[in-house]
Amino acid sequence: MKTCLVVDDSKVIRKVARHILETLNFRVTEAGDGREALDSCLACAPDVVLLDWNMPVMSGMDFLRALRDSAIASRPKVVFCTTENGMAHIRAAIEAGADEYVMKPFDRETLESKLQIVGMA
Amino acid sequence: MSDGSDALKFNLPFERASPAGTMGVLTAILESRTGQQLGANRAWRIETELTPLMRDLGLASLEALAVAAQRSPTIAEQVADALLNQESSFFRDAAVLDLVARALAAMRVDHPERRLRIWSAGCSFGQEPLSLAMLFAEQPALAGAAMPEIIATDVSEAALARARSGRYSQFEIQRGLPIRRMVEWFDTDGTDWIAKPELVRRIAFRRMNLVAGALPSGRFDVVLCRNVLLYLTPEDRRQILDRFATILQPGGVLVLGAGETTIGQTEAFQPSPTYRGLYERDASSV
Ligand SMILES: C[S@@+](CC[C@H](N)C(=O)[O-])C[C@H]1O[C@@H](n2cnc3c(N)ncnc32)[C@H](O)[C@@H]1O
Repeated sequence: MKTCLVVDDSKVIRKVARHILETLNFRVTEAGDGREALDSCLACAPDVVLLDWNMPVMSGMDFLRALRDSAIASRPKVVFCTTENGMAHIRAAIEAGADEYVMKPFDRETLESKLQIVGMA
Repeated sequence: MSDGSDALKFNLPFERASPAGTMGVLTAILESRTGQQLGANRAWRIETELTPLMRDLGLASLEALAVAAQRSPTIAEQVADALLNQESSFFRDAAVLDLVARALAAMRVDHPERRLRIWSAGCSFGQEPLSLAMLFAEQPALAGAAMPEIIATDVSEAALARARSGRYSQFEIQRGLPIRRMVEWFDTDGTDWIAKPELVRRIAFRRMNLVAGALPSGRFDVVLCRNVLLYLTPEDRRQILDRFATILQPGGVLVLGAGETTIGQTEAFQPSPTYRGLYERDASSV
């Protein structure tokens, strides 16, 4: 069973994502900001991280940079999941090393499709 | 007093003179235009699928829609469009498309003298031919002047109009399309994503009803007809497959949808020994 870490400051979004991911056979852990997400990556090495952009404490982008610079050995796939749907943001995410990008609002098919693309579903 | 008709009337969700007649008219429109027969298992969906059109036209019931469609070919066409399943996605069954690109690269080596040609039959909103055009552009063996000619056809003029526009909603664009290709080959317009003109230009879109027997002219190296034949009768399926065989180049391949096969449908094709899941003309029956 693959593990997905859902990082979003909205409890509602985390719940929706968790529900979809569980039907796709993922084990799900949650984090409310980038800082918590880093800790969680150290603790439980998820296979994939579903990552919001704008969050308090540490943004998705800062998390991604920190993850890249960290000593965390098993590098998870990172799928942004955000309302930042402009071309500039998407390019910046790719440049920073994101593997895929989900534009909110999302549905089950979108999530499944993107997870398939990164080889996780 | 009761001859049964009252009971029937009271069980109906709303008043209709002849519900069976209405359904018959609507399904006959679809069948005469596309060859598709709506089985009883889908009949219950007709109402759901036609309600938006009914509302757009300001009609109060399916019956009124059936009457209008019999008077107006334009409305009949809209009815057929609404009843067609046009679901598609980018890079659908991606491994199969990679295989197609590999087959074409090999054909390119065998036939450096001519331009390779492929036909996407039942192309819906263009996701399949666009995916192929992206794939080709990214492979030196198939890019630039070596790019195969892509003909894409569908029975639905509305689907083709959308395909030619290259415009996709945020939901459509996220089905199957990797993010890197999305930013490379598309521009944004509000929340819509629009394929770059240089990509769309590589595809010739044409209206064509497979059941009516029309074929694009010339021969093809690859024919893709995925998730289309399953909606047709076995007899139409066989005839269409046999026609595909007549326009394939020697060594050409046929590509069907993931759940489809030529086996048991026609003798004209056999599974390709080289490309797993694709079909070749049966040499003995040509
Ligand atoms: C489910 S879509 C499949 C699209 C694409 N080939 C794919 O696999 O994703 C089926 C398409 O076939 C088209 N179609 C249905 N009947 C047809 C016919 N008789 N001739 C040509 N196209 C037809 C529909 O309009 C629709 O766009």
